[in-house]
Amino acid sequence: MIGNPPRTLFDKVWQAHVVLTREDGTSLLAIDRHFLHEGSHHAFAQLADKGASVARPDLTFGVADHYVPTRRGAGQVIDPAIAEMVERLERNTAKHGITLFGLGDPRQGIVHVVGPEQGLTLPGLTMVCGDSHTSTHGAYGALAFGIGASEVAHVLMTGTLWQKKPKTFRINVDGALGPGLSAKDIALHIIATVGADGATGHALEYAGSAIRALSMEGRLTLCNLSIESGARCGMIAPDETTLRAITGRPFAPQGALFDQAVEAWRQLPSDENAHFDREIMISASDIAPIVTWGVTPEQALPITARVPDPARETDPVRAEAARAALDYMGLTPGAALAAVPVSRVFIGSCTNSRIEDLRSAAAVLAGRKARVPGLVSPGSSGVKRQAEEEGLDRIFREAGLEWGESGCSMCVGMNGDIGQPGERIASTTNRNFKGRQGAGVRTHLMSPAMVAAAAISGTLADCRPFVEGRKA
Amino acid sequence: MKPFTRVTALACPLPIANIDTDQLIPARFMRRTRKEGYGPVLLHDLRFEADGSPKPDFPLNRPEHAGAGFIVARRNFGSGSSREAAVYALADYGIRAVIAPSFGDIFAQNAVNNGLLPVRLPEDAVENLILNLSAQPAPITVDLENTRVEAGGLTLPFVIDPVWRTKLLNGWDDLDLTLSHAAEIRAFMERDARARPWMAPSRTG
Repeated sequence: MIGNPPRTLFDKVWQAHVVLTREDGTSLLAIDRHFLHEGSHHAFAQLADKGASVARPDLTFGVADHYVPTRRGAGQVIDPAIAEMVERLERNTAKHGITLFGLGDPRQGIVHVVGPEQGLTLPGLTMVCGDSHTSTHGAYGALAFGIGASEVAHVLMTGTLWQKKPKTFRINVDGALGPGLSAKDIALHIIATVGADGATGHALEYAGSAIRALSMEGRLTLCNLSIESGARCGMIAPDETTLRAITGRPFAPQGALFDQAVEAWRQLPSDENAHFDREIMISASDIAPIVTWGVTPEQALPITARVPDPARETDPVRAEAARAALDYMGLTPGAALAAVPVSRVFIGSCTNSRIEDLRSAAAVLAGRKARVPGLVSPGSSGVKRQAEEEGLDRIFREAGLEWGESGCSMCVGMNGDIGQPGERIASTTNRNFKGRQGAGVRTHLMSPAMVAAAAISGTLADCRPFVEGRKA
Repeated sequence: MKPFTRVTALACPLPIANIDTDQLIPARFMRRTRKEGYGPVLLHDLRFEADGSPKPDFPLNRPEHAGAGFIVARRNFGSGSSREAAVYALADYGIRAVIAPSFGDIFAQNAVNNGLLPVRLPEDAVENLILNLSAQPAPITVDLENTRVEAGGLTLPFVIDPVWRTKLLNGWDDLDLTLSHAAEIRAFMERDARARPWMAPSRTG
């Protein structure tokens, strides 16, 4: 019998969006969703130079997140230079008739939290944004990736984007995660295994029983971090968990259209025997709570480990990178990671600021006190309202942490939320790059439960003893 | 966009791995417009002390590398964020090509979109180049037409995506090409709206 060759989830979404393919193999893809944040000012300047208009304002949505202040109650003074960035986005979206979830809008939040929350993120879509963590939306089975300003301008002007087809790479994670572990630990484990540039040029698909068992929040965290292994995007096939998460969302299809969509989405999972250019297997039971010790997310180890000794690294370039990382991080080879003192904690960012993340941190913190200061920034205004209804804000405050507003905040520091030089921060964010959270700041990446454990201990700490007997 | 065919210039070795976009352009400088120029803030926190004075030992600050047109760095150059300002900083500083064993995906695409050539060479070739350039600063030639780097007596062939090569050689912008397909795009979108009516954001939103 001659049938269609088996296809991957990625192949199916890709092929459905190819407008045309040039002789050289580059394809012009139709783009279904385009998100903009304050950083879009370069692209809008390119539009203004050309006197061009926006081709698909109906598929384009603006969100204020990168520069919004985390403290914006009455009496807070906002730096005019920061306010100007938010206002520039307001002017640009208004001029081109683009819906904006701006400062003060009850739908405002981090773009990668708001998309799914509003039902704009759907299986089978192509989604782009001038932000590398756009890979997040792949959790719904969308083909979603970050683009630069010139590409943002191109999508604005044409509703399309030229793309080289990436290779495919399936990561199977089977078995059950231990107690106290989460999608963040899976993601950091994968990055440490594959390398920060190990998946460059590939579209990832996450599969296996441990992935199926993840909640939508967990899947979003995992896909979010795809870019940290260099991948173009990361995808998870839609299933019942996905459908439940979409049902009733404001911008999601309703009624008969929803039923028609579900029928299409059920065709999306990779066919049996579909070919992947690369494939690896990971056993969930091998994964421990992970912290990063260096200045790239691949420099990560289980919390039970010791700071690595560069002298034992056989590859001289890697040894040199490790030495430079330890020098910046102020760590001594051989020291126990679980004894490294921290001076501050941060819970938030497009990686780990959703309701489940806040619940898991609160479960550790309830009835306990933080030894160091810290900030909790919910991923969206909606997440903030829900957390307050559940009383999570009270738990954070009683533990001694600050409960802020939603935005990118201390993940990228653009709004002025930064640490002091030399400070060591336990953070639920996505990048431990030098200076990312402020010049000279040392960042350790980990899960929300691990950050909560670090807050209580005043050091990097294993969250497992703290979650015993508690329900996240 | 300025075409890139064959360029001869000084190459500055930066023997550092994972020079990410946050180092190429720290976030606090990204509010500026392109017209203000990003060159002065390239690699700001590596190049300058906290008081703003240049760090004398940083390779780009050394007199023998003044006016460098190329950077030779270690693996995973430009990893991290999609900020095109990382490329603006290099281009505005006067860098025409970066040579490294691997590049951040979005960074490399942004580079090509701005006429900056990402040259991928094997790790040992890059290490050799770093060693030679550190011992004896000298101009090298990056020849995109013949896809090779000429450094001293060495000729190092490199592989580049043919689409990127054509684009850089001609200084082409994607937009004109796309607009020439306007009718096909319109037809695709009309067909798609009938096939996938559920794709449009619901009006209840």
